Amino acid sequence: MIQLRGLYKSFADKKVLQGLDLDIESGQTTTIIGGSGSGKSVLFKHIIGLMKPDAGSILVDGEDTVRMKERDLYRLVGKFGMVFQGGALFDSMTVGENVAFGIPERKGMTAAEIEAAVESSLNQVGLSQVAHLLPAELSGGMKKRVAIARVIAKRPSIIMFDEPTTGLDPIMADMINDLIIKVSSAPEITSIIITHDMVSAYKISDKIAVLFEGRIIETGSPEEIRNTGNAIVRQFIEGKAEGPIQIR
Amino acid sequence: MMPVSAIWHPLFRFARNTGEIFILTGKSLALIFKRPFHFRLIESQLYLDGIKSIPVIFLMSVFTGAVLSLQSFYALQRLGAEVFTGSLVGVSLTKELIPVLAGLMLAGRVSASYSAEIGTMVVTEQVDALFTFGVNPVKYLVTPRLVAMVIMTPLLTLFGDFIGIMGGRLVASLVVHQNPNLFDSQLFSSLEIWDVLSGMIKSVFFGMTVAIIGSHFGLRTEGGAKGVGQATTTAVVVASVVILISDFFWTKILPFSLR
Repeated sequence: MIQLRGLYKSFADKKVLQGLDLDIESGQTTTIIGGSGSGKSVLFKHIIGLMKPDAGSILVDGEDTVRMKERDLYRLVGKFGMVFQGGALFDSMTVGENVAFGIPERKGMTAAEIEAAVESSLNQVGLSQVAHLLPAELSGGMKKRVAIARVIAKRPSIIMFDEPTTGLDPIMADMINDLIIKVSSAPEITSIIITHDMVSAYKISDKIAVLFEGRIIETGSPEEIRNTGNAIVRQFIEGKAEGPIQIR
Repeated sequence: MMPVSAIWHPLFRFARNTGEIFILTGKSLALIFKRPFHFRLIESQLYLDGIKSIPVIFLMSVFTGAVLSLQSFYALQRLGAEVFTGSLVGVSLTKELIPVLAGLMLAGRVSASYSAEIGTMVVTEQVDALFTFGVNPVKYLVTPRLVAMVIMTPLLTLFGDFIGIMGGRLVASLVVHQNPNLFDSQLFSSLEIWDVLSGMIKSVFFGMTVAIIGSHFGLRTEGGAKGVGQATTTAVVVASVVILISDFFWTKILPFSLR
């Protein structure tokens, strides 16, 4: 379980997180929704330990990552897998080398074993015969699938997806949604997704949390969020320009 | 009146960057001795930044030696001391010109490449991705580059010393028609091993400067393509300035001769 308590984070004069509280249950798929610039990516970087909050605590299975030594943080990050918005594939490596990079015990494996593990991970995302290609030769959707394959190869217990469907056509977006459901289906896997794609959020989530002005203003099942009476949440999920949310 | 922030902000930025560069240097030096050693990455950097720099160091050295020989000959001729051309060329090249000019060439070629490559990795979140796989970005990206430059810069300097002297000797014999034997005898009677060594000692520091400053500005890149461009320009300028300023202090610290 991941518990975020009273998180504050500012960059110069810009307050991004303002006392954020959230519980992310183990074995569930939790989606954090919010508008552009609402601090979703900053929140993600806090959860995985890439950023430290100005105040507050982040407990991952009871361990406080904020006050953790760097060495312990590198150990803890072994539990996590993260699929970045643009894939973040290493562009100096082939697709196969990228996926192999995710295999924690690759140093003790033979070349044939690594190749088999890479092929298996790529097959799970519906890609084959691409291991020799460079990331620059892939489409946006293929990059995201390779990024998911790289995380599958790592076999983490917590998987984070940063705007997994952004920039994809509806069919590819749905394919990515199905992949997320597939990799999150094991009971020991906790998935956290940030998105502003409501079709995706309704389809893949067990729980949705709404981020607004640095705080979680509502949490609930997809059905509860769909039927919410909160005017801010309603404006966001219905995608209306008019409402309490002021676009600056 | 100038606002206080116009003075304070650049000073603060300078202090922050200086502090961060020292911290990055300490971290990357300490990580050299920690596993994993990433020999494959070091080997790759040795080739990309060392071996592939040979043509540019060759050109710089041969023409520096040639020009120095020509100018020294005519200047010394006014004093009737043109026989000392070989001495002047040898000592000037090995102690000062080749180490500093090689450092500046590498600042342009290698610092730029480090900041652009690492900066692009930062803006495309590849550096963050390294962390999520439990890989320390400093250990993976900076340490191999530092090791490669500490090895290659003195070797390139030694190579440049030899080529520069050869260029000077060629011009002395072919252009100003000085007897090559006279050039050689003056060169060997005045040039000490320490002259070459002191230049190589400086070049180790210049290599570190190139690697650390290029990596530092790469890791601090913000924004997109514009940020990468700014980081690259800043890295080259700062590395060049640090090399030029520190050269003075190295010259003060290192004895002129061990005799």
